[in-house]
Amino acid sequence: MEALAILPEADGRAPRSLTVTELAQLLRDTLRGNPILSRVLVRGEASNVQRTPAGHVFFTLKDATAQVACVLFRDEAEAAAPVLEDGMEVVASGEVDLYTRKGEVQLVVRAVTPAGIGAFWATFQRTRKRLAADGLFDVSRKRPLPRFPRRIGVVTSESGAVVHDIVVVLRRRWPLADVVVAPSSVQGSEAPAQLRSALRALGDRVDVVVLARGGGSLEDLWAFNDEALARSIAACPVAVVSAVGHETDVTIADFVADVRAPTPSAAAEIAAPDAAELRARLRTHRDALARSVLAVLRERWTDVARIRERLSPAGLRREVEADSVRLGTAASLLLAAGTRAVARARERLESLGRRLDVLSPLATLRRGYAIVSRPDGGILPCAKTIEAGEPLVVRLQDGRVHVHVDRKEVP
Amino acid sequence: MTEDLSFEDALAALEVKVAELSRGDVPLDRALAAFEEGLALYRRCHKVLAEAEQRVTRLVEAAGGLKEEPFAVE
Repeated sequence: MEALAILPEADGRAPRSLTVTELAQLLRDTLRGNPILSRVLVRGEASNVQRTPAGHVFFTLKDATAQVACVLFRDEAEAAAPVLEDGMEVVASGEVDLYTRKGEVQLVVRAVTPAGIGAFWATFQRTRKRLAADGLFDVSRKRPLPRFPRRIGVVTSESGAVVHDIVVVLRRRWPLADVVVAPSSVQGSEAPAQLRSALRALGDRVDVVVLARGGGSLEDLWAFNDEALARSIAACPVAVVSAVGHETDVTIADFVADVRAPTPSAAAEIAAPDAAELRARLRTHRDALARSVLAVLRERWTDVARIRERLSPAGLRREVEADSVRLGTAASLLLAAGTRAVARARERLESLGRRLDVLSPLATLRRGYAIVSRPDGGILPCAKTIEAGEPLVVRLQDGRVHVHVDRKEVP
Repeated sequence: MTEDLSFEDALAALEVKVAELSRGDVPLDRALAAFEEGLALYRRCHKVLAEAEQRVTRLVEAAGGLKEEPFAVE
């Protein structure tokens, strides 16, 4: 290979031209001969990451004003590619070369390590994989929340809006539960250890724990991606509701928590039942009680009306009086419950009284019906129990007639 | 007896009474008793809800371990 690109011909004919291949080889040798380019460290954002079926990875490294094509061959890709994703800030090491078939300069990457946010993500993914392998994200591991917690633990910073928002929601929704705040720093290098000891301290004091932090940058929320914290959440003896950052932020703590809430206030709502809803349910139950007991009373009154005729006047009075006392008690209980439902119940009691009159056997007799009984008083509603020749008593509205059965027809 | 029940237990007992009464084949004595018991349970639940006063505390390190002290959230 000559040292110059264009060489004058000695015999004065047209200058000799290089072939494209010669030019490409010249460029390639130049690049390879440069001591800096043969061992370079470049920081930039990975983009357009593409994996080929053969296992090579092509991507572009770029910054605000320039970009360089990169290739990561299969052997290196196996080590580095799992963490390589679009948008990741990385430091790539390797050598600059020319891909002669396309005439493109490319960085042949030997190693790629995340930098900045990229480093965060790499750690995040590694932690997530380890915890997933240990089954910490399994749905079957998720504990149910208590329906009516008596003590609710809150792990968050004791200053700021988050603890305030949570306590306000809990006070409104479920004042039956006491709230125990276990203060902890929620960012910085101290945070994971403090969060863990707060969880441990609450574990045997409360029925459910809310683990919360307000919005912040990825770095601010980083404590909640701590692997040891994740394991503490899983080991907590009671269910944990997490709300870290805004709805779009996802942390390892959210994955491992039993329930993930979009915001701290929402976490409080998930952790506690709503007293207003329960009051409505109680009213429904009370109305159902009143409806049911009235239905039973109505049936009973109808029975009383049916047997009234068969009882001696004194016995009847006693029975009816006893029932009246009970009805009075029931009605006054209903009154004491005091709502529209009770007014409706009272109306029903009154209409019951009117129906009792209608159903009274005396009213029935006035309409032309008769009651047939044996002389000893047993009422006979069915023909098949009556024998031919039997003496019977027939009661009409104004008196009784004593008869004998002539013959019986039962179809 | 009803006075000592927690909200949870009183609500569960109330739901039992509601179910018992709604079956319809209950004798009068039993129905009236269930109604009265149910109403007492309803009142118990209502009272617990109405009188609930939330205590908010903060866990602090103390000489003998952790203790809870009142925590005012404004």
